[in-house]
Amino acid sequence: MILKRIAVSLSVQALRATAFAGVAALVLALGASAATTPGETSPEQAPADQSPAGQALTQVTVLPPEITSLKDTPHDAGTSIDIAWQVSPSEASAPGSVLEYKVMRADSPSGEFAEVGATPTASSTYSDGTTLPHRQYWYRIDAIGLTSSASSGVAGPAVSVMQWYNGRTSVLGLVVFCCASILIYISIARRKMGKVFVRRIPALDAFDEAIGRATEMGKSVLYVAGGLDIDDPQTVASMNILARVAEKVATYGTRLLMPCCRAMQMSMARETVKESYLRVGKPDDYKEEDIRYLTDDQFGFVAGVDGIMMRERPAANFYLGAFYAESLILAETGFSTGAIQIAGTAMIDQLPFFVAACDYTLIGEELYAAGASLSEDPVQLGTIKGQDVAKALFVVIIIVGIVFSLAGNPLFYRWFSVH
Amino acid sequence: MRRQLPLAIIFVMGVFTIVTNFIPAKPVADLNQMFRNWYLGIITFFTFLGTINLARVSGERLKEKSRDWQYHIILLMALATQLFLGFYKWSPDALREGSPFMYVYFNLQFPLESTMYSLLAFFMTSASFRAFRARNKEALLLLLAAVVVMLGRVPIGSSIWHGFPSVTEWLMSYPNAAAKRGIMIGIDLGLISMSLRMILGIERSYMQ
Repeated sequence: MILKRIAVSLSVQALRATAFAGVAALVLALGASAATTPGETSPEQAPADQSPAGQALTQVTVLPPEITSLKDTPHDAGTSIDIAWQVSPSEASAPGSVLEYKVMRADSPSGEFAEVGATPTASSTYSDGTTLPHRQYWYRIDAIGLTSSASSGVAGPAVSVMQWYNGRTSVLGLVVFCCASILIYISIARRKMGKVFVRRIPALDAFDEAIGRATEMGKSVLYVAGGLDIDDPQTVASMNILARVAEKVATYGTRLLMPCCRAMQMSMARETVKESYLRVGKPDDYKEEDIRYLTDDQFGFVAGVDGIMMRERPAANFYLGAFYAESLILAETGFSTGAIQIAGTAMIDQLPFFVAACDYTLIGEELYAAGASLSEDPVQLGTIKGQDVAKALFVVIIIVGIVFSLAGNPLFYRWFSVH
Repeated sequence: MRRQLPLAIIFVMGVFTIVTNFIPAKPVADLNQMFRNWYLGIITFFTFLGTINLARVSGERLKEKSRDWQYHIILLMALATQLFLGFYKWSPDALREGSPFMYVYFNLQFPLESTMYSLLAFFMTSASFRAFRARNKEALLLLLAAVVVMLGRVPIGSSIWHGFPSVTEWLMSYPNAAAKRGIMIGIDLGLISMSLRMILGIERSYMQ
């Protein structure tokens, strides 16, 4: 039990970290790709140009570049130094004579220099992301030509310093504003218990209808929490909704079927549903075997769920969570069985499929708000009101941004750019 | 205490995660990485749990001779075969091309998955047929936009009228991108709101 609780808490802390890590990985991958591509062609490997112009280039003696700037990369963990240089004059006098620039590094000015990276001729900057914090480094740039090379003078020392703030002031400001508006509305809601109005979401109003229909027909309710594990916020949101659905299902005495494609998702779903059955005073009606793991495999899972739909013929299907290509296959199979279908996802590319194939769809943010809306708890509803205030701020920012852009002033755009 | 401890852990970890997005310093990054490694460890443990659950549920269905029990024989046999091929003497090279494990993967599992994926084409046609019925003004607009985009993306479209590709490009780059970004901003705000509810212990339907 404690392990499961820890797993839940870890998933929550991993929500944003996972997203940021993904973006960081992408940026690193692109950076690595850009840095390594030119390095693939070494002077020795370069095909010899036999034309008169090519032969002339082989006779050019490459002149050395010159390091113009060497400084610590700002707002980082102290693991990077930015180097800038003036390109070799040979590039202007004999275009094509320089193949690439190699960035060389040493621990002392007279020490042995080793290559830390290379750039194509068009570049004159490089970020060495392999440095250690608070350590001195000396740099040299080697211009590599067809038959000769030239080195710049040694520059240094440069020291990378560990920073405690990444400089994303605009993002921090927006996050603080969003959190503050939500907290203010939580406080207001606590003082005015039961007086918070939030627009009704049609898909949520249909929950009762769908479960009621399944009960009248004596059929089961199918719930699919998406294809990702509980480190995805959509799965967490789905669990919040599942708690409310399970309460209604338990109250009506209907059977709830929940195939899972992740073992941890299954474990969390079991705990959630069990708690819901306990809340409505029907713990004996809870059937653990109805919430089961099928497979981690995307289309294997789809085949399994489709099979359950065709055999059990549930009267209400809920697809709430993160979905990929399986969304339409599930929704169309469910449609063919005549079930009422309610879907919800924040996967923007899958939303049209759900809108086309399901009776009701929770679009994007509605998935996250659904748990709070269904609870009808004024404090939880207050957070949705706070969210709406933050949304109004974004509308203002977009309008101001359009005005600044039309006026040709890039300041506003730059302030909100994240590097 | 049974409730307070998990809530305290969620609060501390939630706040820590938010803070790590603004602190690049190595000690904080290392701590964050350590927590993520813990999560990976737990995930690995749950993989075994899932496999055991699958075998147990299928075994029970088989024992009870419940409806379609024959399928569970196939499932258990497939599970046992893949486990055997993965763990037996080929195990160090189980993922090597040509190994028995990979042979079964490429010649059985992969074609079956491709078959399921190919169903998408047929389902897309049937869903589009229903979605594009011009029942009202909005549906008519959707139908027109869909026809233009479809014609703009196939060679025959530019043969009919050379402007289809550029109109398609405009539709995708402006109205479509604007709508998508609007939804994405809403999603991010909803995520912040839900995260705060969980960090502050307001949303705890999963643990009451």
